[in-house]
Amino acid sequence: MIADQRRWERFTPRERLLRFTFYLVAVAAFVVSVQTVEVIPEFLYDAPEQVVDLFARMWPMDLKYYPKAVHAALIETLHIATLGTILSLGLALPVGILAARNVVPVTAINQFAKLVLVSSRSVNSLVWALLFVAVFGPGALAGTLAIAFRSIGFVGKLFGEALEEANRGPVEALTAAGAPWPSVFLKAYWPQVQPAFWSIALFRWDINIRESAVLGLVGAGGIGVALDTALTLLYWDQVAVVLATIFAVVILAEIIVTTIRSRII
Amino acid sequence: MSIVPAAPAAGRPNPFPVSWTTRAAWLGLAIYSVYAASLLDVTWERFVFGLGNGARFIGRMLPPAFTHMDLLWKGLAESLEIAIIATVFGIVLSLPVGLAASRNLMPIWVSWPARAFIALCRSFHPVIVAILFVKAVGFGAIAGILALIVASVGFIAKLFAEAIEEISLKQVEAVRATGASFMNVIFMAVVPQVLARFTGFATYQLDSNLRNSTMVGIVGGGGIGSTLFTAFQKFDYDFVLTILLAIIAIIFVGEILAGWVRKTFQ
Amino acid sequence: MTAIGAMTGAAANGSGQAGMTGTRSLSIRGLTKEYVRGKPVLRGISLDIAGQGITAIIGPSGTGKSTLIRCINRLVEPTAGEIWFQGMDLARLRGRSLREARRRIGMVFQEYNLVERLSVMENLLCGRLGYISPVRAWLRRFDPADIERAFELLDIVGLGAFATQRADALSGGQRQRVGIARAVMQRPDLLLADEPTSSLDPKTSVEIMELMAGLTAQHDIPVILNIHNVELAKRFAARIVGMAGGHVVFDGLPADLRDDHLKQIYGGEGWLE
Repeated sequence: MIADQRRWERFTPRERLLRFTFYLVAVAAFVVSVQTVEVIPEFLYDAPEQVVDLFARMWPMDLKYYPKAVHAALIETLHIATLGTILSLGLALPVGILAARNVVPVTAINQFAKLVLVSSRSVNSLVWALLFVAVFGPGALAGTLAIAFRSIGFVGKLFGEALEEANRGPVEALTAAGAPWPSVFLKAYWPQVQPAFWSIALFRWDINIRESAVLGLVGAGGIGVALDTALTLLYWDQVAVVLATIFAVVILAEIIVTTIRSRII
Repeated sequence: MSIVPAAPAAGRPNPFPVSWTTRAAWLGLAIYSVYAASLLDVTWERFVFGLGNGARFIGRMLPPAFTHMDLLWKGLAESLEIAIIATVFGIVLSLPVGLAASRNLMPIWVSWPARAFIALCRSFHPVIVAILFVKAVGFGAIAGILALIVASVGFIAKLFAEAIEEISLKQVEAVRATGASFMNVIFMAVVPQVLARFTGFATYQLDSNLRNSTMVGIVGGGGIGSTLFTAFQKFDYDFVLTILLAIIAIIFVGEILAGWVRKTFQ
Repeated sequence: MTAIGAMTGAAANGSGQAGMTGTRSLSIRGLTKEYVRGKPVLRGISLDIAGQGITAIIGPSGTGKSTLIRCINRLVEPTAGEIWFQGMDLARLRGRSLREARRRIGMVFQEYNLVERLSVMENLLCGRLGYISPVRAWLRRFDPADIERAFELLDIVGLGAFATQRADALSGGQRQRVGIARAVMQRPDLLLADEPTSSLDPKTSVEIMELMAGLTAQHDIPVILNIHNVELAKRFAARIVGMAGGHVVFDGLPADLRDDHLKQIYGGEGWLE
């Protein structure tokens, strides 16, 4: 009750109206969605059987599949994720700088950079992969570029925000000393945002490990290719091996990132 | 003004001590990049060849085709529906799961399995989950919805558990001291404290689900992704561009709306 | 001797206006600044500042002291008016010529404005960034003479042992010493100081003022200082400018500053008891 009273004082009538409108819109959107979405109920009836069947086919796992096809694909996935991340860092750095309003105080440039970042993030890694497979042909090159282009938006946005939060003082001091713009960036902004930059890079690498695991479904290399093969042939015991591998690698990557981060910060 | 490296003057320490770890790290990064690039057959010729190919590809994309607009709207509407339904169910399911995973309120034999479950939900890419659901419930929106619910639980339940772990235990103790039951404690002391951060999670997850809903269609999970994949397979690259532009526009608008909602609810 | 050294230094730094480096006086004419249209913070300030000694600007908070100082090196863009220095109107400079003018004007800040994650040495050499290319700055190819001078300055400000330490390891007083040394590294023809002691305790404030007064006197650098501590202003400045409401309301020797002037500057009188 106390909480209610406090909340009562916190909001003006206009804010309460806005909140109410938001809840109303949210509920309406949900109701409309549930009513209009196309669901074929017949498919749902045998879902439990299908799930049981799925797990029955998955177990026992075909462990021989790992050395045969999964291991090499896994290594390729790791390379795609890592190289894609490195590439995206190089690409995202300039875009992030252009997006930061305090570093480049030209609104038109900021807006353009933001548009680039949003485009990169809106198009999924899988869709990026489709595009690059169409251009460069199937294989790891398309996957690496897909990871890189999808990551530009993420890295660039967070890096730009870190720049905008940078302390203005050193920048003023170096500007007042007559330093040219690149020197101001190198010596006043970069030292401040460097830890954030590497932290973002690590974070994105972790995500990219996950993302690169599915690129093979559209022919962009990596462990997804092994998954795709097993799926098309309906060898669910091999699918299980791939899934278990992905799970292990993802958990391992998360542990690595957490460890490095706690060391650095 | 000579450009000779500054030698430390007599009796002075080196003004810029060299950090060998940093240098080694940079060198390692460079060597790795070259090695990995060669391994993945990322060669210059292939790149240049691809560029020519890319020019043709872009040529076929332009101008964007506005011929199958009904398909576009249908796909976009389905993607939105998938995202909204998945977000709502994802949040509702995240509440109990997140609560169970909070280590300050739950005994370890409850929180540990809950945390493992969350980790499992997070580990698999929504596309992989969608593949499994397509097998279980067939092609269409329902598989996409279920896949995104799993992703949402993995994300929100984790944040939710962290939010609960950060709450002030004083209020919990105060309510507990009145002799309230466990459920009363949860609703009177815990929920009010974390509810404030809830809209933040919700808008973020809606945003994220919207992005992912454009993807699950590629493996048969319905929505604009299916339309996109079909267009790709038919080499209708001009329609592909239209779809991509529509997706970017929708996510751009969604981001502005989400920012606006967050401001209202701060 | 020191004056000659400083002058040849300035000439060797390759300033285009070699004939003008001799004069270090500043002339402000009708300087106006509006952050919000129609609400001027500075209302047509005109001031002539001689090329030597410390000029202290005093006045209540929000009266535009800081804005005035920052207009001189264009950290704040003036709305109207002229700022004449070494034959140029600083208010009209752009691009390269603005940078060249800025590097002849040193500045000391209230919050020190050091780059916390760089070493003390590198912070000092930041004062030379106006003279070297970004590539050389990146590779740390600073002029050996500058490095030697930085070491000397560090000894003078009593931080010789801290050269390779990171700036965030220093105390407030130590940081301000680095801030002053960085400004002096520019071999400036004018030093601006924006509340240099406001973040420091009384004892350190006096030490910092002594250091700044000593170093600038030694190199014959005129100082424009804005400060809220009237006692410190009287003790160190050769001239005091009192501001209120965006106008200059007192301009004279510290000895001539009376209580009724302070009343006029700060308003009220209870605080004078």
